[in-house]
Formats: sequence, C-alpha cells, structure tokens
Amino acid sequence: MNGVTALKPVEQKNAHLSCKVNGEPAQVSVMPCKTLLEMLREDLQLTGTKHGCELGECGVCAVLIDGLPALSCLSLALDAEGRAIDTIEGLAEDAELHPLQSAFADLGGAQCGYCTPAILLTSKALLDKQPNPTREQIREALSGNLCRCTGYQQIFEAVEEAILRISQAEKQAAAGTG
Amino acid sequence: MMRLPRFHYFAPRELGEAVQVLAGEEDAMVIAGGTDLLPNMKRRQQTPRTLIGLRNIDALKRLRNGPDFTIGSGVTLTSLVEDEKIKSDYRGLWQAAAQVATPHLRNMGTLGGNICLDTRCNYYDQNYEWRKAIDFCMKKDGEICWVSTGSKKCLATSSTDTAPALISLGAKVKLVSANEERTLALKDLYQDDGIHYLKRRKGEILTEVMLPDSSGLRSTYWKLRRRGSFDFPVLAVAAAIEFDERDNIKDARVALGAVSSQPIVCATVNEFLQGKRLTDEVIEGAAALCAKAAKPVKNTDFAPHWRKRVLSRIATYALQELRGDDMRETRKKIARQYL
Repeated sequence: MNGVTALKPVEQKNAHLSCKVNGEPAQVSVMPCKTLLEMLREDLQLTGTKHGCELGECGVCAVLIDGLPALSCLSLALDAEGRAIDTIEGLAEDAELHPLQSAFADLGGAQCGYCTPAILLTSKALLDKQPNPTREQIREALSGNLCRCTGYQQIFEAVEEAILRISQAEKQAAAGTG
Repeated sequence: MMRLPRFHYFAPRELGEAVQVLAGEEDAMVIAGGTDLLPNMKRRQQTPRTLIGLRNIDALKRLRNGPDFTIGSGVTLTSLVEDEKIKSDYRGLWQAAAQVATPHLRNMGTLGGNICLDTRCNYYDQNYEWRKAIDFCMKKDGEICWVSTGSKKCLATSSTDTAPALISLGAKVKLVSANEERTLALKDLYQDDGIHYLKRRKGEILTEVMLPDSSGLRSTYWKLRRRGSFDFPVLAVAAAIEFDERDNIKDARVALGAVSSQPIVCATVNEFLQGKRLTDEVIEGAAALCAKAAKPVKNTDFAPHWRKRVLSRIATYALQELRGDDMRETRKKIARQYL
C-alpha cells in the first residue's frame, strides 16, 4: 500500500463532470452532495425524470445508466462521470415517438402519467436486451416500478403491443431493402 | 424534498488509495452502490463527513475461479444473478441475490453492500422529524430502544438476503485496511447487536467473498416478504446440505435471516441433521428447531409470533427442495417468481 500519493477530495464548490446525456456530450458543474436526479432536473432542466419517494421505494426516477435501469435519486451526480445517461427526453427520434411511447398512448398505458417515463425507459432496456420477452419477463423487469393508478394490466399490454409494432417495422424495413 | 447532507467525496481508482483515505479521515464511510447508505443519509440516520466511492475500483469487480470461487465485493447483484456458475453451483446465493429489492436496485447494489447492509427497524428507518418526534432511539441520537424499552441493546434486524445464503455455503470474507489484511468466516463478521452488528474494524474495507468448492453440495434460499418485490425479508431460511451416495446427510448448514440482529447459524439443526436422511419426520424436527432458534421482535412487517410460527413452514419448504421435491409452484406462490 506504499507509494500511493495522497488523494484529494472532489472540490466542494467547483466540481465538474463530463458524461453523455441522451447521446450528447454534457459538461456539468455540481455540488458533490447532489444526486443524479437533482442534476438532471435542476442543472440540465430535464424534468421528464420524475421525483418520487427519494428513497428507492417507488422506481419513478429510473433512468438508464450505460443502458441499465437505475434509480437517479440514489445515484450521486459525480458518479455519472464518463457514463451514458438516457432519460425520457431522448426516447423519441425528432418528431417520431418510440414504438413504446405510441403503444402506451394508444392503449392507455399511462393514466396519471407520473410513473410512465421510468416505465418506458425500463421497458426499453428490457427490449434492447431481450426483444421477445414473455409476460412473466415483462412483469419481472417492471417489478421495480410502482404505478399508484394500478394500471399494470394496460402497461403490460402496451409493452406487448410495442414488441409487435417493432417487429412489424423491422419486417417492413427488411422487405424494403431486400 | 430530502437533500443529502454535505460531505467530502473521494473517488479513488485503486484500493490502496481508498484504504489510505479511510485511515486518514475522521468519520468517513465507503459507498459502493449507495442504495442503502444514501436513503439513510437523506433521513440523517447516517451522517458521515466523508464518503469514499468504491465504484471506480476495478479490482473489486472481479469474479475468479481458483481453489475458492472468489467474488469481488463491488460485483453488482445483477451480475451475480447473470453468472452461470453461481446459478448452477451456488444456487442458494443465486436465489438470494435474485430476490433482493428490485431489478433497478440490483443493477446498482453490490454484494459487499448487501453483506454490510445496515440493520433495520420501524423506529429507525424514518425521516429525521419522525425520529425526533419520538425523541429518537438508541441506534441513532437517542437512548431508548422503542421495540423493547427495557432492552440494554439495540434490537434492529439484520435484513441482508445474501449473508444467510453465503454463511450456509461456508463463505469467507477478506477485509483490507491500510496496515493489514485478514480473512474470516462470514458468520464471524456479525454479532448480535443492532448498532455494532459488524465486527469490521475501523479503516477496513470488505474486498472479497470466497466460496469453497461446491461439489456434492445442494443449497437453497427461501425468503418471506409482503410483496414480490421491493421488500426486505421478514424472515429467511438458507440451507446447504452435502449428501453421501446413499442420500444420508454428510454435512448440513442452515442459517436464518431477518429474525435477529445478525444472521443466525442454527447449530442445533445442523447437528440434528447429521447422518440422517431427509424423511418427512426429520424435516419436521429440523423445522421446529429452526423456529426455536429464531428471535423475531416487533420491529418490522408482520407480527413476531406469526413470523416465528411461519418460519417452520418456510424451513420445511427449503429442506423439501433440497430433498429433491418439486417445489416450483410453492416457490412461485411465495416468491411470486420461479427461482
């Protein structure tokens, strides 16, 4: 353990971090005691990520960190250094909604809508890893997201509808290029 | 809105740096996944002046084969659940890790963090104003244990899922400080005190978990909680049994979770099972001994007498599974998932 130079703490008033937010490089100055949720909402004005229990008991603040669903209220902003953060603002491509978003809108997958951003991102992470999940796998992947409107049935159906739409779009694209 | 209190933050890349900072700073804590510590800091249950982030130390994130199977303390619970060797050879650990909290929290939380998880209590896991209104409790800022006002020691409950499973599998842990390294059996890391539940010394970081070879060993973990997700255990049974070629028990290790301030090693059950076959009568006898060893108190979900009574049922399921019974539907009913 010898020969290690003394490590300094991160500056309290002038801490900088660089990360990627929704694919774009971002440079942010934050206090070390800020959470990723506070940084996204207050410093980057990305208020699509919602603020719920703040204790990891509801899942409403979920974002994707390096592609994995994680709770932004229990992540330190500084730990986002060098990582890719995806929030709900980055899900649509220009004016075109992601198939998950359009399926949720068409099938009533959102009631009050407060838990929806986190559920959409968590579902996206599931579909990126497993394009054809069973109902059981969808249920398990979303088991960390509470919906106080209790609209789980419509949420599961909307995810399944999105899977169909994505595979149809892929088939059409393949037919078009073939 | 609950903000984190201010703290100095260190982000070392080497373990050597981390232990040096930890040795040099007063009132410092290490943070890995943060899923246990940050809520506690928001509620001012834990208020370290310095945090040392372990997230960037790659040496803590390795899984290694050798005489022992070694798991770095910084390996996330999701990585554990996705590891094929753990799923096949250390089934009890796999089942425990798969039932911790939620998928999101498992993506963040680490094995080391779950082993060192703060003990929990209805009178402690509350925000500052709530705790102030009852004049605090013994575990933080107060003097009285509200679970049992005559108690001289804190009765907060050990709520780790992975520790009972690891103990039943005979795990050892490595602790590293600036001056020394030591290895001890995981069961010896704990003591029956809700405040000083870990015998970790000041300046030590838990770096590795070592599991002995599992050939011939069958293991399982059963957890009871109100919901199929999120909740900490209200009781848990971990068991690992080695059978001989005639299905007699060569070695049995049963450990209980969430019914004391530390995981309970059921020595009486282990002795009782030695040399026997897992008949219905033997399972019934062992399950009754498990319930006898449990000391649930009124500080979590469900009534203590019910938790004690139902523990023998859960222990029965665990031993039936190790006997080779098909417990999938029972498991699905209790865990809400096939494990």
